[in-house]
Amino acid sequence: MAAEGGHGAATSSDYIAHHLQNLQVCKAEAGEWVWNQCAGNPMAINVDSMFWSVLLGLVFVVLFRGVAKKTSVGKPSKFQALVEIIVEFVDSSVKDTFHGSSRLIAPLGLTIFVWVFLMNLMDLVPVDWIPLFSEKVLNIPYMKVVPTTDVNVTFGMSIAVFFLIIFYTIKNKGVTGFIGELTLHPIAPPTRGLGLIASPFIIAFNFILESVALLAKPVSLSLRLFGNMFAGELIFILIALLGIYQLPLHFGWAVFHILIVTLQAFIFMMLTIVYLSLASEKH
Amino acid sequence: MDINLTLIGQTIAMIVFVWFCMKFIWPPILAALEERQKEIEEGLAAADLSQEKLVEAEAKADGIVDEARKQATGILDQAHARANEIVAEGKTDGVKERERQLMAAKAEIEQESNRAREELRGQVSAIAIASAEKILNREIDGKTHEDILGKLAQEL
Repeated sequence: MAAEGGHGAATSSDYIAHHLQNLQVCKAEAGEWVWNQCAGNPMAINVDSMFWSVLLGLVFVVLFRGVAKKTSVGKPSKFQALVEIIVEFVDSSVKDTFHGSSRLIAPLGLTIFVWVFLMNLMDLVPVDWIPLFSEKVLNIPYMKVVPTTDVNVTFGMSIAVFFLIIFYTIKNKGVTGFIGELTLHPIAPPTRGLGLIASPFIIAFNFILESVALLAKPVSLSLRLFGNMFAGELIFILIALLGIYQLPLHFGWAVFHILIVTLQAFIFMMLTIVYLSLASEKH
Repeated sequence: MDINLTLIGQTIAMIVFVWFCMKFIWPPILAALEERQKEIEEGLAAADLSQEKLVEAEAKADGIVDEARKQATGILDQAHARANEIVAEGKTDGVKERERQLMAAKAEIEQESNRAREELRGQVSAIAIASAEKILNREIDGKTHEDILGKLAQEL
């Protein structure tokens, strides 16, 4: 199932490149929609990433909504108990970190945790199963099944978090507070005397420093998840090249990967909560 | 690995899912959790309360049993005392009755003996007079010697 799989791939590098290629659609210069000729086109859409991420989001929504619709206080079903464990875990994480009251942050944390967990979990499906199936049966040449190995997906989520950070900062500290946070820290500019001359420079310095710190939040958030999952996926692909010896290695890496899958989902959720609580707390 | 429209698509998908979760998933589940917490809390409090009540009731029951026991021994003592009294009364009554009957019998006997003696005396004196009449016949005038004969009869 190893090297001979794929889009007529002959060499190992072809095999790897094929596995890392998204199924893309975009509008060509001539005006018609074309598949898989979109390298470098910013208006392309990674259909496989979108499909799997929305599908897994729907899995989350349907499963949890099913529990929420028929919650039982006295006699919870086993699945309800599992859902309640997750909800309570997220709720206590939020309560430990975020000391304001917000109706958004806890559900946001839950959605991120479960959704990212499910997307990461696709990494444990053997790397050739779905791509081979889609190629041989559905005639779809490329199929990248782990959405979190697509940098667009992780950035898409971290950008939503980034806007929430700005929204919460402005909501809790006002526009002036937000601007002050960007310009008056970490070095307070002098407000009287001769030092006043230095103030613009200090403000500029602060602004550069704080802007980088602010922008680093979504970038690190998304690149951490992307990097971990992409590396994990790549190692799965490399292991799949080994022929029959892949079986014990694959098993070992999969066991190890269960940890990464859960941990990365947790870190994404936890950092989101931490960033938002920093945004709403006054120094 | 290029940045493209997928990014916007993913952001939109995330907003939709988070909104749905916030609206339809989180509140009912958390409400159920909180309600269960409340129920458990109330249940524990009720258990504590009933435990206290049980202890109270046990103490009360013990008191009642003690009281009843005390009353029972009191009644028993009274009954014993009464029985002894009755027995003693019976005894004295019996003794008295016996003595009374004894006295009556004695009195009757004395009466009878007195009567018999009187009778006997009368008869003896009559016999003495008759015998003396026979012996003395004409020599003795009954009338003159009547007082002597009477004395004799008395002494007998």
